[in-house]
Amino acid sequence: MLMLIMRHELLLVLITVILLVVEIFLPADRKQKIILPAIILFGAVMILGFIPGPTGSLFGGMYITTPLTVMMKNILTIGVFIVFLQSVDWLKKAENREKISEYYILLISTLIGMEYMLSSGDFLMFYIGLELATIPLAALAAFDRFKEKSAEAGVKLIFTSALSSGILLYGLSMIYGTVGTLYFDEVVNGINGAPLQILAFIFFFAGMAFKISIVPFHLWTADVYEGSPINVTSYLSVISKGAAVMVFTILLYTVFSKIAIMWRDVIYITAILTMTIGNLFAMRQQNLKRFLAFSSIAQAGFIFLGVVGQSQLGMTTVIYFVLVYIFSNLGAFGVIAVISNRTGKERIDDYDGLYRTNPKLSLTMMLALFSLAGIPPLAGFFGKFFLFAAAAQQGLYILVLIAVLNTIISLYYYLLVVKAMFLNRSDQPIAYFKSDGYSRLGLVICVAGLVIIGIYSPVYEFINQFTFGIY
Amino acid sequence: MNILLLLIIIPILTIIGILFARDNKHVRVISAVGMTFQLIVSAIIILWYLAERNAGNTAEILFASNYVWYETLNIHFYIGVDGVSVAMIGLTSIVIFAGIFASWEVNDLPKEFFTSLILLSGGVFGFFISLDLFTMFLFYEIAVIPMYLLIGIWGSGPRQYSAMKLTLMLMGGSALILVGLLGLYFNSNPAGGPLTFDILEIAKVQIPLNSQLFFFPFLFVGFGVLGALFPFHTWSPDGHASAPTAVSMLHAGVLMKLGGYGCYRVAVFLLPDAAHEMAWIFIILTAIGVIYGALGAIWQKDLKYINAYSSVSHCALVLFAILMFNETAMNGAIMQMISHGIMTALFFALIGMIYGRTHTRYVNEMSGLMKVMPFLAVAYVIGGLASLGLPGFSGFVAEMTIFVGAFMHPDTFHRVATIIAASSIVATAVYILRVVGMMLYGKITNPEYEQITDAKWYERLSTATLIFGITAIGIAPLWLSNMITAGLGPVIQKLLLSVN
Repeated sequence: MLMLIMRHELLLVLITVILLVVEIFLPADRKQKIILPAIILFGAVMILGFIPGPTGSLFGGMYITTPLTVMMKNILTIGVFIVFLQSVDWLKKAENREKISEYYILLISTLIGMEYMLSSGDFLMFYIGLELATIPLAALAAFDRFKEKSAEAGVKLIFTSALSSGILLYGLSMIYGTVGTLYFDEVVNGINGAPLQILAFIFFFAGMAFKISIVPFHLWTADVYEGSPINVTSYLSVISKGAAVMVFTILLYTVFSKIAIMWRDVIYITAILTMTIGNLFAMRQQNLKRFLAFSSIAQAGFIFLGVVGQSQLGMTTVIYFVLVYIFSNLGAFGVIAVISNRTGKERIDDYDGLYRTNPKLSLTMMLALFSLAGIPPLAGFFGKFFLFAAAAQQGLYILVLIAVLNTIISLYYYLLVVKAMFLNRSDQPIAYFKSDGYSRLGLVICVAGLVIIGIYSPVYEFINQFTFGIY
Repeated sequence: MNILLLLIIIPILTIIGILFARDNKHVRVISAVGMTFQLIVSAIIILWYLAERNAGNTAEILFASNYVWYETLNIHFYIGVDGVSVAMIGLTSIVIFAGIFASWEVNDLPKEFFTSLILLSGGVFGFFISLDLFTMFLFYEIAVIPMYLLIGIWGSGPRQYSAMKLTLMLMGGSALILVGLLGLYFNSNPAGGPLTFDILEIAKVQIPLNSQLFFFPFLFVGFGVLGALFPFHTWSPDGHASAPTAVSMLHAGVLMKLGGYGCYRVAVFLLPDAAHEMAWIFIILTAIGVIYGALGAIWQKDLKYINAYSSVSHCALVLFAILMFNETAMNGAIMQMISHGIMTALFFALIGMIYGRTHTRYVNEMSGLMKVMPFLAVAYVIGGLASLGLPGFSGFVAEMTIFVGAFMHPDTFHRVATIIAASSIVATAVYILRVVGMMLYGKITNPEYEQITDAKWYERLSTATLIFGITAIGIAPLWLSNMITAGLGPVIQKLLLSVN
């Protein structure tokens, strides 16, 4: 019965094993038969995750399940499910057919890593989870093995993650040196703002900042996002980033709560830098993947406004925003993926006149972008509003002002894409096509999420039950 | 069910209806039917409101409904109306009704056009009935964003540039509003209880002066951007000139009033001390705006630019009057919003119809139109006379009230500002009469104009509705004025309290 505490991870491991075994017996030309069972299995796990189960700790407190971690895992699982749906079209391509199950296994492995990271009760478990979440991603980034850019993305990702992990570990070792333990609930009491601990925190922060791609640690992002296959990019920018943001927030609110006054300034400054630089670079991008890469950097800056709030409102909003962000960004990436798979076009000017040929895709894209920009009544508006409220609660009105001005910049470049699709005319627009059923289902889920999550307030209230603030 | 909810439900139902429409004609008919219902519901609300008041119901807000939305943050969906918002609802429904008929000939992507237009009007209605700052802000943004598509897709001239400029500037304004709203929210309960976005609750709270001084500029400038506050008015001429007819009507007629209404209802009402402290800055700016807009209009040759600059001038006058902080001037401000709303909608409708026939908007290229299209020409003259404040039309009532109210201030500063603002009437007369003279009278120079036909039935309907509006207010201003005065009560009271 104790194992039920770890049910999310165990179920995922089970799927991985099943897929591995089935793949052995599948003949080479029928590998794509595995797609549907994989999605169904994963969907079943997603639904099982919502069934309430026991909470508690395992392995002497290294692994902890609370209602909060269960909820965060469920949020991530929903996101991965949408990514699964959106990747089918791409996996069915001839060059990918023989590696379908590898794709699923790698993706699920990273998810298992993230779930361990979210559930970790000490830094060792946290680190193992983090590595498990990162290393398979490098393999995924290099998945298009005949494309040089993809290989480059894989190498860049593995180098930067190795570097950031090294920095992070260095910070953790210093914490261990000053406190003498790695268990979170014991570390809390040992942290008193000694200079070495502050240095340790800076290293820890830098390590996490690489994963979340916070300026000035964001330089790998655009290249990796551009080079990776689109579905991997969307996974990187949404799930991987969302998990890192959530776990980082929770660590700040628990383990580092004693030095909250100190890290508030760090977050304050990096939030401003991240939003502004992300936005300014996004304005100039022509490739949609790079464009969304920089937009996702900017979004991370907005999320930091919630982190800086240090209150229950702040934490609820961060998790809520991650949920909203999953639907918004996956909506946008879903459209890009569909179009790129059919036509290979990924530039903004390729989308000229898209509305007149593919109205539904254009509308989905517009809704997703408007949600990212924070236009009501879409969910992004509520997410942004609450993030700003969290910062304003601390009296940081200047930060809020900078952030709202940044949303205007972001609105500008999101409108550039809307402009291409709706306003511009083109001699050779992308011709009408019917996208495959899986992608359509994925997009429908995204749009439904965008419309419902904001207007239907119980979603927010549900998250709010489990969160807590420093004060 | 609360009758005010219909004002939001009808646009939504109309949009759903449009989505299922089969062809262009269905789309138009569904939109027209929907907006006719909207007009009827608005009329019922106005009459019902008057009846309640006559029956002695003195509650500050009528038809109030309060639903909890986000419980933890104490965000409510709180609707209700007072005299001022009822008047604005009436204005909006008249303009959108006329707007639908004025855009009868939109053939490019009609579904999308009417959907966006009605979505926009739904946002405006929601804004006017909201009493919770969060919902109000939400509707405000819903009203702004369809504008981008409306101007960008169906506009003329440098439409992409204008659409982008307009959207970014207005959203910039809403960014400032957001900061101000959060400031109000976190100051809404100094005693440390639950915070609130409820306007009426916040009005009861004494917010510390230094917070007021910090947040007042955010709110006033933020709403002022939409209300064409000088020097943030620059989106307006470009935006109006590029927009399609119905959008110009709705935008100048109603959307710009959101700015004035927001300044009145949120900035001045909730932060009265800061309003008193900082009024002088904005009085100077608005006085400049009034005269600048009028002079700008004189120099323009394009009909739409003329009217856009004239709107800047008239809307600046609204803000100017709000800053006078007395009942007469504020009454005039609301009257001016209604009067200008209908009048400018009439102008833009007529300009659109004239352009559809002559294919030019340049005044100096047209002449003698009175002979070929008497209906439209006479309507234009009526609009023009109302605009320059001829007694008997709404413009006179509104401007007269504003200047009388403004002149009540005994000090030199207010009087000088009033005189400067009042001198804009002369400039208005210049550009109106010049246009009327050059465009409508004289000989027909262009032989093609001989073929022009006069207004069609839908154009006549659209124009007649609006003319009815301005003359009704002009001839019988008292019922409107009484309705507004009743609504102004709490605001004036709060302002008076803050002086003492």
